[in-house]
This record gives sequence, structure tokens and C-alpha cells, in this order.
Amino acid sequence: MSGPDRQPTWRQALGAGGALLLWPWYAEAHLVTTGLGPVYDGIGHLLMTPEDLLPVLALALCAGLQGAGSGRRVLSVLPSAWFVGGCVGLLAHGLPEFPLSALSLCILGTLTAVELPLSLPVVTALALGLGLGHGVLNGVAMQQAGTGVRGLLGSLAALVVLVALVAAGVVSLHEQWTRIAVRVAGSWMAAIGLLMLGWALRGGN
Amino acid sequence: MRPRRDDTRLLTWLGAVTLVLVWASLTHAHVERGQAAGFVTGFGHPWSGFDHVLAMIAVGIWGAQLGAPELWLLQVIFPMVMAQGAFLGLIGLPLPGVEVGIALSALLLGAMVGGEVRPKLGVAVLLVGVFAVFHGHAHGTELPAGQSGLLYSMGFVIATGCLHGLGIALGLLHRWPAGKLALRGAGALIAVMGVLFLWRALI
Repeated sequence: MSGPDRQPTWRQALGAGGALLLWPWYAEAHLVTTGLGPVYDGIGHLLMTPEDLLPVLALALCAGLQGAGSGRRVLSVLPSAWFVGGCVGLLAHGLPEFPLSALSLCILGTLTAVELPLSLPVVTALALGLGLGHGVLNGVAMQQAGTGVRGLLGSLAALVVLVALVAAGVVSLHEQWTRIAVRVAGSWMAAIGLLMLGWALRGGN
Repeated sequence: MRPRRDDTRLLTWLGAVTLVLVWASLTHAHVERGQAAGFVTGFGHPWSGFDHVLAMIAVGIWGAQLGAPELWLLQVIFPMVMAQGAFLGLIGLPLPGVEVGIALSALLLGAMVGGEVRPKLGVAVLLVGVFAVFHGHAHGTELPAGQSGLLYSMGFVIATGCLHGLGIALGLLHRWPAGKLALRGAGALIAVMGVLFLWRALI
């Protein structure tokens, strides 16, 4: 399915997907206040913001299905890109409106559902795009909530733990039906993303 | 193929963690105002129409009758195609004969279950996929404006999955001869209801 003749198509799709993921979106600063300081606020923010949480879970599931190598690659690239994007977001002053979460979910959910074999560069690009795009949103949210870099580091810590646990968990699944259950979860995420996109185009959200 | 115990445990654990994470976001309740805003409203929507409920349960039962790989493939395809239909509805693209399509879905899917029909994989996928567009479109046009499209969508998609799960759970009866008969009876009943829905849609 991923023969050499298919590669140029994938590169084009990857380029378009990466450009979409990198497109900045407006940030809603609904940061969680735990009362335990900015680091914990950052941790809580990622875990309680489905706009960020679901795409991260989708990427972890997708990478896990691709195998241990992809899981490790995502674990190294995603947090780095997230941090860089977060730093950019901390310096940004407002962003244009764009349904980034919806597009991330559509792309990553579909890739998880179809379980298409992906090469490491493709997985790297996906992690890079997701990390930079959502990192910027996180950075803006942290800046508006006044938690700064420490909040960003908190969300980064939660991100690393979450991706490591979920991707490793999926990698260790052997039975066919368990892997298909992961693909069903991916199809749900793609469906959610598509519905969100419809809402955004209609102007409902 | 019997599930390995480790995999079952791990998947249960993963599911539980996901549920907790998703649940936390619900209780945090971002800017929830209006009926369409929340997870609960989205979760309740697919249960509100009897025709939808019957058709989706029929998909689950039929999948269970067909066994792997159709059982799983239908569950992967239905939400994605349904969301495409909902997308068309959301952006205001009209689809003619939606109510007729939904009624036909109950009729034909019920007939498939009742007759325990085993078509080729492509035919089963096509049948379910086409009807998913009608169901999705109806849901898409009915979605009221709200504050959180994400939470609503999550509830909506998870509820649809639950309905399929319910159908699959009922489909477990297929292991026993009496259960097979009961499922075929249920399919026939769904088909009869489909005729009633069709009658109502055409009048």
C-alpha cells in the first residue's frame, strides 16, 4: 500500500497537511486553575482541554499502531516541537481564527482508522506539525493566563507522560481485535473532527 | 480467535484512562451556555429518534452475525461516513429524501438481520455507508447552534458508538440456536418498523 510509486502523493498530502496544522488558530484562555501553582495549572490545562488532548491521543494511537520506532519518534519530536511552538505562542499577540483541532483530528483520526503504513519521516512531520500548531495555542493560553514558561513546562510534562503511556500501550497490543478497537477509536476521532469542522464552517463554534 | 488476557486488560485500562480524561473536561465545563453546548446534549441526540436507534442497533447486530472482519469494519466506517453526512448537513448542503433514506435503512438493515444475509464485504460496507450518509445528514441539520461544538460532537459520536455496541452485545446471542432465532425475529421487527417509517415519510 505504501510502494515507491505512492510516495510523491504522500509527500504532497504531507505538505498540505503540515501547512494546515501549522496554521495558527485563535486561543481560548480557559486555563485550569488548580491552586497548586503554574506548573500544575499547565498539567491540568492539557488534560482538561479536549481541543489539545484529543489530537495528542490520536497521534499517540496512530504512532502506536505503526510500531515502537514510530512511538519513540513521536515521543522525541512532539514535546520538542510543542515547546518551540509554546515559546512562540508566549510571544504572540492574538491569533487569527482557524479550526486547527478539527483538522488535526480529521487527519490523525483518519490515519489511525485506516492504519495505513507510514514511514518515519511522515510520522516525524505529523508530530512536528501537531506540536508546533498546538504548542502555539498553548503558549498563547499560558501567556493570557499569566503562567508563562512554567505553565508551558507543566503541559509539556503531561504531554510526555500521556504520549509515552498511550503509544507504548498500543504498541504492546497483539490481538487483532484490540488493534481494531484502536482503529475504531481513530474513526470516532475523525468523525468528531469532521463535525467540528462543519460547526466551524457554519459559524456555530 | 480468543483475546489474550494481557491485551484485554491493557485495552480496558486505556479505555478507562481515556474516559477519565474526557470526563474531566466535561466537569470542567468550559463556556457552556445553551442546550447544544455540552457533551450530555450531544450524547442524548442520537437516542432521540426511534428510527435512528433501530437502524444503528441493526448495524451492530448485523455485524455480529457476519463476524470478523465485517463486524469491526462496519464500526470503523459508519462513524466516519455518518460524520461526512453530518458535515454536509452542517454546511447547509441539501440531500433529497433524507427521511425516506433513514426509513429504508431500518427496512433493509432489519431485513439483512432477519434473513441473516451474508453479502460480499464490499456490498455490506456500501449498504451501511450509504445509509450512514442519510443518518448523518439528518443529525447535521438538526444540530442547534451552541458554544462547544467539540463537546457536543464527542457526545454525539460516542453515543452512536454505544448504539452499535448495544447491537453487537445483542448479537452475542448468535452463539446459541435460540439466540439466532431471536435475532432474526428482532431483525424482522426492525424491518416492519422500517415499513412504518417509510409509510410516514412518504405520506
